[in-house]
Amino acid sequence: MTTSMIQPKRRRRIGEGRRFLSAPAIVYLILLTQIPFALTIYYSFTNWNLLRPGSAGFLGIGSMFRNYQRILQNPDFWQVLTNTVVLTLSVVLVTFVLGMAFALLLNRPFPGRTLARTLLISPFLMMPVASAVVWKYLLLDPAFGLSAWVSRTLGLPAVYLVERAPLASIIGIVSWQWTPFVMLILLAGLQSLPEDVVEAARLDGAGPLGLFRFVTLPHLRRFIEIALLLEIIFVLNVFGEIFVITSGGPGIQTTNLPYQIFLEAFSRWNIGRASAYGIFAIVLANLAVILFLQVVRRARQEEGR
Amino acid sequence: MSRKRLGTLAWAAGTLLVAFTMFFPILWMVLTSFKTENDAIAFPPKWFFTPTFENWRVAVFGGPVLEFMGNTVWITVASTLLALALGFPAAYAMAYYRTKRTDGSMLWMMSTRMLPPAGVIVPLFVIFRDLSLLDTHLGLILLFAGMNLPLVVWMVTGFMEDVPFALIEAARLDGATLWQEFTRVLLPLLVPGLAATALLALIFTWNEFFFAVNLTTRAASPLSVYVSTFKAAQGDLFVAKMSAAATASVIPVLIAGWIAQRQLVTGLTMGAVK
Repeated sequence: MTTSMIQPKRRRRIGEGRRFLSAPAIVYLILLTQIPFALTIYYSFTNWNLLRPGSAGFLGIGSMFRNYQRILQNPDFWQVLTNTVVLTLSVVLVTFVLGMAFALLLNRPFPGRTLARTLLISPFLMMPVASAVVWKYLLLDPAFGLSAWVSRTLGLPAVYLVERAPLASIIGIVSWQWTPFVMLILLAGLQSLPEDVVEAARLDGAGPLGLFRFVTLPHLRRFIEIALLLEIIFVLNVFGEIFVITSGGPGIQTTNLPYQIFLEAFSRWNIGRASAYGIFAIVLANLAVILFLQVVRRARQEEGR
Repeated sequence: MSRKRLGTLAWAAGTLLVAFTMFFPILWMVLTSFKTENDAIAFPPKWFFTPTFENWRVAVFGGPVLEFMGNTVWITVASTLLALALGFPAAYAMAYYRTKRTDGSMLWMMSTRMLPPAGVIVPLFVIFRDLSLLDTHLGLILLFAGMNLPLVVWMVTGFMEDVPFALIEAARLDGATLWQEFTRVLLPLLVPGLAATALLALIFTWNEFFFAVNLTTRAASPLSVYVSTFKAAQGDLFVAKMSAAATASVIPVLIAGWIAQRQLVTGLTMGAVK
């Protein structure tokens, strides 16, 4: 295709065809995402179960939404949905506060700053399942974990946090992993704040708090938005930590939507039902992004007033 | 000593304390990997102990860790290269041959990255099964290349927009072909940007677990799958050996991330600063 473009007589049109160089990537992504997406929708209207050979049948026009009905009627689903939302919102909140604090700590020259930054980004580089085994077996284990020793030393009763507060434990561990991500983005934002703007505000008599509220925060807005948006997208999909630490339990106290889909698909082999759950996961992800952008837009408008 | 200097030192001490606390779980993992199994579960915990390399010998070099690491390395490197090979020309088109559809295509590409893996795992499993891709390196390579493709196109387009088009036109006047434009003009200028892009793709792929655990069983399983099932394969005392396996699994990415901190920040903030 491109060889004809560089023949001498057509040289003037060089490049016209080159805009199609994006075609392979686009076709690749269409094949990889849109076909599975379409199939998820189709499967969600079937009663296909891999444990029942020959069950891959369309449910029929009248009862095509049966998988969805079953899910909506299942009280467990609402629990799972709540878990997913609570987990995501809590992690976003905790990592935003901590990430901002850490970024402010690093945004000032001091001896050992590079070391501090290196240590602080490390949890983000950890493989999530490795973090999970470390927290579960080395730190939080009720018999020989470090937390047992800490609480004993402080004279507190030793509790198995994962059992006593399972969802909070998962939130804490996921937050530990994602705080550096928020911190790095906010730190880049802080460092792009022009020095003369800060100086000017100081000369106008702004204290540290006023400076933060009226100069730093508005400047950070784009960075905050990007960090939180990406984080929401990623944390909605948390899976490895739950798989390793709680297996979704006790009961379904730590089951989120991805884990529920995993159970439905790969332990009950219920392809139809799992696909319907998958549609809920896709809808939830889109809703979260749309809602987030709505909030951002409203905040902008209020600012502009 | 001046008050200002004292303040800076206090700031340094406080920040380093916070940083050390955040890092502590990782340090504890590394320390435990050098303990005997009995020391590893001692109560109260042993802060000082005679280090042993037994766990590394048994669990890492003598066990299957190296084999799984081979899978991870192969899958990670191949999928990142494939994503770059597909993404580089796409970025070229997006950066230099803008049409009124370019912004839309870019946005659509990014939106595919938002698709929850759990939302498409069922059909992917069925497709993999029907194409005999289950538990193969090829299957995961194709999948992870697609997972990282939007990121690659987004980032490389951004870096290319910083390269003046005049440079490319000059090369064309000298009779450069498209391939020569890529390799002689753009590649040398884009090395730092491509490094930042590849680093992020490598981290995401190396650490990926959801697709890996559901689409492989043993032959093509990456390290993440092995680490998650480590306990089941061991006897009563496994904590020290598990720490060794976990440490070996995370060390390559930790070191790469430490060395390339600047690139990491560049990659993560592309979206925010553009």
